[in-house]
Amino acid sequence: MAAVAVPQARTSRRRFTTRRFRRAGPLTYLFLILVALGSLFPLYWSLVVASHDNSAVSSYPPVLTPGHELWTNIKRVFNSGEVNVDFWAALLNSTIVATTVTVSVVFFSALAGFAFAKMKFRGERVMMLTIVATMLVPVQLGVIPLYIEMIHLGWLNRLPSVIAPNLVTAFGVFLMRQYIVSAVPNDLIDAARVDGCHTFRTFWHVVLPAVRPAAAVLGLLTFMNTWNDFFWPLIVLSAQNPTVQVAVSTLASGYVEDYALVLTGTFISIVPLLIVFLFLGRQIIGGLMQGAVKG
Amino acid sequence: MRNGSTAIAPTPAVRKSGTVRHRLRRLDVKASPYLYVAPFFLIFIAFGLFPLGYTAWVSLTDRNLLDPATSFIGLQNYTALLHDSYFWNAVENTLAIWVMSTVPQLLLALGLAHVLNTTLRARTLFRMSVILPQVTSLVAVALIFTQLFSKDYGLVNYFLHWFGIGPIYWEAGRFSSWFALSTMVIWRWTGYNALIYLAAMQAIPDDLYEAASIDGARPARQFFHITVPMLRPTIIFTVIVSTIGGLQLFTEPYLFEPSHQGATGGSDRQYQTVAMYLYEKAFASSQFKFGYASAIAWCLFLLIAVISAINFLIVRRIRSAG
Repeated sequence: MAAVAVPQARTSRRRFTTRRFRRAGPLTYLFLILVALGSLFPLYWSLVVASHDNSAVSSYPPVLTPGHELWTNIKRVFNSGEVNVDFWAALLNSTIVATTVTVSVVFFSALAGFAFAKMKFRGERVMMLTIVATMLVPVQLGVIPLYIEMIHLGWLNRLPSVIAPNLVTAFGVFLMRQYIVSAVPNDLIDAARVDGCHTFRTFWHVVLPAVRPAAAVLGLLTFMNTWNDFFWPLIVLSAQNPTVQVAVSTLASGYVEDYALVLTGTFISIVPLLIVFLFLGRQIIGGLMQGAVKG
Repeated sequence: MRNGSTAIAPTPAVRKSGTVRHRLRRLDVKASPYLYVAPFFLIFIAFGLFPLGYTAWVSLTDRNLLDPATSFIGLQNYTALLHDSYFWNAVENTLAIWVMSTVPQLLLALGLAHVLNTTLRARTLFRMSVILPQVTSLVAVALIFTQLFSKDYGLVNYFLHWFGIGPIYWEAGRFSSWFALSTMVIWRWTGYNALIYLAAMQAIPDDLYEAASIDGARPARQFFHITVPMLRPTIIFTVIVSTIGGLQLFTEPYLFEPSHQGATGGSDRQYQTVAMYLYEKAFASSQFKFGYASAIAWCLFLLIAVISAINFLIVRRIRSAG
């Protein structure tokens, strides 16, 4: 009886739900289209400037459509004989750093998340709370001792300095714990144990395959954040061994008046992420809405 | 987690050979959770907590990278800092830019989330366009907007010219530079906050709106009396996150400067933030005044904590539903 009554209650409820199914009017669309154009315009503008000769920047009225010089400008940016920074090395460095950090964050976060979600141990609650609390600590403020640490480790101006501090994040552990609690059934883990799996094997063969969706989201966000990181790389790296962001800023400080060149470099630095975004934007949105924490 | 050993009941015959394995398994179940959570704590202690704590110690010394002799000078750095007009200037700039960027940003995000929370065509497309700025790096945002706000060839001045305004030298003025920098922050973060609000709005139970509409509450009233109060925890969260991020503002003002090497925030320090002042003292133009910069770091830390607490208390007062 009760089982029949519940769906009935649901259907009758739906008639009253005015707000959730509120229709969007033309004004709503106009507003959203304006917001979308506003979001897109600065990126479009960087392409416009990057695809013209620098003299176009000063033309009046301004040119608002892309030109034909993009390839020429790209060649200039990548010609390390001409500009003050080796852009190829920067792209390679950023790829190495972002990939390493992403793989590591996903792996270690899933591992810790598994322990918090599916294992019982002393101090579990306190540790989890500590991890959440660390998200509120502005650790960036420790840059000076961290810099001294890097000198002692001999990592100054080398990639480990920007990789090591980011190998596992509180956000990652938190996200993975939440996901594993709900997405991996206890029965599955018990079954693996009955079959004689030790805990790491259970993690590897049961948990990791099950968390793939969350791992993809965490991986994307981590890659994005690492690729875009600037403050710390600026401090420990230099124009001789830069990440992309450091390279672009070096370019910008060296060629202040050459907007075409600077914005070409800028454009190149955002293209990889734009491509990722185009294909996986939906997942990125899902991850941001779930995680709700700045990386 | 249930103890699995009860599931496998060993017969007396196999018990003896099973003990070693049994012990190993117990050890595995007991010890490995610590092993699995250890990487986070090791990394956090080595590269997060230790440096932050050590900053407190360095701030009590006259440490300078160029001078190997370091001596303990007590609170001298702090007393000097309290009389340092550049520092207070930086605090003022930081707070002003933070207010100018956070308030419009969160209000706009709230409205945007409300609008996105409807039956929309091309819903994913709109959501993607809103979050696009978040994918763009801070460096790119800063450089693109610096060009847009440039005095002679910037599009902003060109459009203002239509209305007979300007040209404005955005970078040179105090308020104008704050405005330009706030625009960058607003552009990058509004969509992100909107999606956070949207996620929270979708979790509000329908019953509340049903009851309200039966009682004859109009949509605007529903928004302010149901949606906003129900979003309170989320609003607190976004305000705190914006405080922590906003008060550490660095990249935008650093790159806004025409030849960003000095991190002085303009010729009159009109938009130097506290994080920039820290950078200036520690790393820019080879000053390497680590002791002094560490004192700045701790004061900034304190500032963030105080402002976060104040915000928390203010936002908590949003009236609850009913």
